[in-house]
Amino acid sequence: MNPASVLAPVLTVAAKEFRDGLRNRWVAAIAIVCALLAVGLATFGAAASGQVGFTGLATTIASLASLAVFLIPLIALLLAYDSIVGEDEQGTLLLLLTYPLSRLQLLAGKFLGHGAILAVSTTLGFGLAGLVIGIGSDKVATGPLVAALGLFIVSATLLGWAFVGIAYVISAGASEKSRAAGLALVVWFAFVLVFDLGLLGFLVATGGAIGRDWLPWLLLLNPADVFRLANLAGFDANATAGPVSIGAGFPVPLLLAVQGAWVLAPFALAVWRFRRR
Amino acid sequence: MMKLSTPLLPAGSAAMSVPVAAGASALAQTPGSASRHESVIDIDRASVRYGHHCALDGLTLRLDAGEVLGLLGHNGAGKTTTMKLILGLLAPQAGQVRVFGEDPHGPAAPRLRLALGYLPENVSFYDNLSGREVLDFFARLKRAPHAQATELLERVGLAAAAGRRVKTYSKGMRQRLGLAQALLGSPRLLLLDEPTVGLDPLATREFYARVDELRRAGTTIILCSHVLPGVERHIDRALILGQGRVLAAGSLDALREQAGLPLLIHVRGSPGPHALAALPAGSRTRMLADGRFEIALAAHAKLDALRGLLTDPAVHDLDIEPPSLETLYAHFGSAVAGEGESA
Repeated sequence: MNPASVLAPVLTVAAKEFRDGLRNRWVAAIAIVCALLAVGLATFGAAASGQVGFTGLATTIASLASLAVFLIPLIALLLAYDSIVGEDEQGTLLLLLTYPLSRLQLLAGKFLGHGAILAVSTTLGFGLAGLVIGIGSDKVATGPLVAALGLFIVSATLLGWAFVGIAYVISAGASEKSRAAGLALVVWFAFVLVFDLGLLGFLVATGGAIGRDWLPWLLLLNPADVFRLANLAGFDANATAGPVSIGAGFPVPLLLAVQGAWVLAPFALAVWRFRRR
Repeated sequence: MMKLSTPLLPAGSAAMSVPVAAGASALAQTPGSASRHESVIDIDRASVRYGHHCALDGLTLRLDAGEVLGLLGHNGAGKTTTMKLILGLLAPQAGQVRVFGEDPHGPAAPRLRLALGYLPENVSFYDNLSGREVLDFFARLKRAPHAQATELLERVGLAAAAGRRVKTYSKGMRQRLGLAQALLGSPRLLLLDEPTVGLDPLATREFYARVDELRRAGTTIILCSHVLPGVERHIDRALILGQGRVLAAGSLDALREQAGLPLLIHVRGSPGPHALAALPAGSRTRMLADGRFEIALAAHAKLDALRGLLTDPAVHDLDIEPPSLETLYAHFGSAVAGEGESA
């Protein structure tokens, strides 16, 4: 088969998913949440120190990251948890499988569509916020703002994609939509809260004596932490709360590469599970 | 067999001409067409097992171009498994399945699927997309021309609702959307699972008119239906499954003969002793609650009995009821139920 006929069904599925996302108001909702979050943090970022106003670029990005790390995985899981099991329940999966379309093509199309929804809405939301900050505050130079926000948007998108892949793994193995939803919630909780709490507990219990050299690498096993690390790079590590501070010092390109791996691995696992379904 | 019904509405008949023509052109492109004498479907002693449960046990079936098969059976009889075998969604553990001469589960599957239309049972489609968007989506996947999606929407009577979201569609409208979907790409083999569920009588009639048209154009059709009275006149053959095994297969005439079920004649009036004496031996008579007189007799004795009855002036009216598909189905179905109990 020529490349065009391999790619055409993928793009057809992607376009349908993206249209679905626009229709469901997913794109609009995510963009608005992102924009409100960013503008709110930029405006009230100094509230802790008793002021209203912009506290500085690095602080804003760091607070944004610590909120986005909860929100984006949740959005991605909600967006994609029913991708396979939902189609199965409405009868369209059986139908699609009788079309000239492989399971890989179907899932790749869905990934492309969901990925585009996340990329477009986060770029729109955070980009808009960046514009507001750039215009509203004279303290921040345009160059660093674009660079920091650009990195933030890219890593936030990669974080979202990783959780879309994880959602597919859940969806490919689930027998009912409601179970997939429950499992997605458990997975979200594990990655954004339990993992860090466990790490923190370990650090406290050992008084930081053990594993100084290998503990930071453990952070790379959690896509949420990788995202946090990527956005702390330009930030004073000592001011960071939580176990993420031990991971400061990884170069940004490495972190982005790890994020990329976190996108590919769950997706590959999802394809494998989908084929066995 | 009775005469095929023709479409009720002129619009229906005009509408059918396009996919028929497109179907003929598809013949030249699809893989199976190289071997013209090959059956469209050739299943040889295929068995499918899920664990210990035997979903299909040694099914053999051949179907040629332009044949319409009624696939009948209770839930769990193996109908869906048979469909899945033909669609290539399942591979048999034993035996062989060939569609257009090729293995539908093998590397030829993507090509075969272009020549295949399927209407699953209970498909609800994408609620947030409009009917047109849904059909365009499937048309693109099947590489069917965009114009065909528009034509099919018109043909199934959804043109006016095409811009509305599927969420607002009734069960019948969804079913019609499903039918339009199955006809995309002018398939040479159609598998329709409960196609008339949710359709009103007029739409059902139009649907069967379409089935007849497609059959004349050489499309092979498998109809899976519980609504037996409707399906009867539009199938060439019936395959009755039960517990994964073939209970009966063949044309309706052959099945009637095989079953040896009596033909029923209902008589209004009071046939005299002369007419009753002329009835062939073995006939049974009884009085029905509504005052009609019922004669049950072997099918081959029909004309002899009628001659006697027609010359009797006391007979006001009569109608003849050959064993229907429903009675045949009940006959063959109860046979397996008995066997199942003794086994």
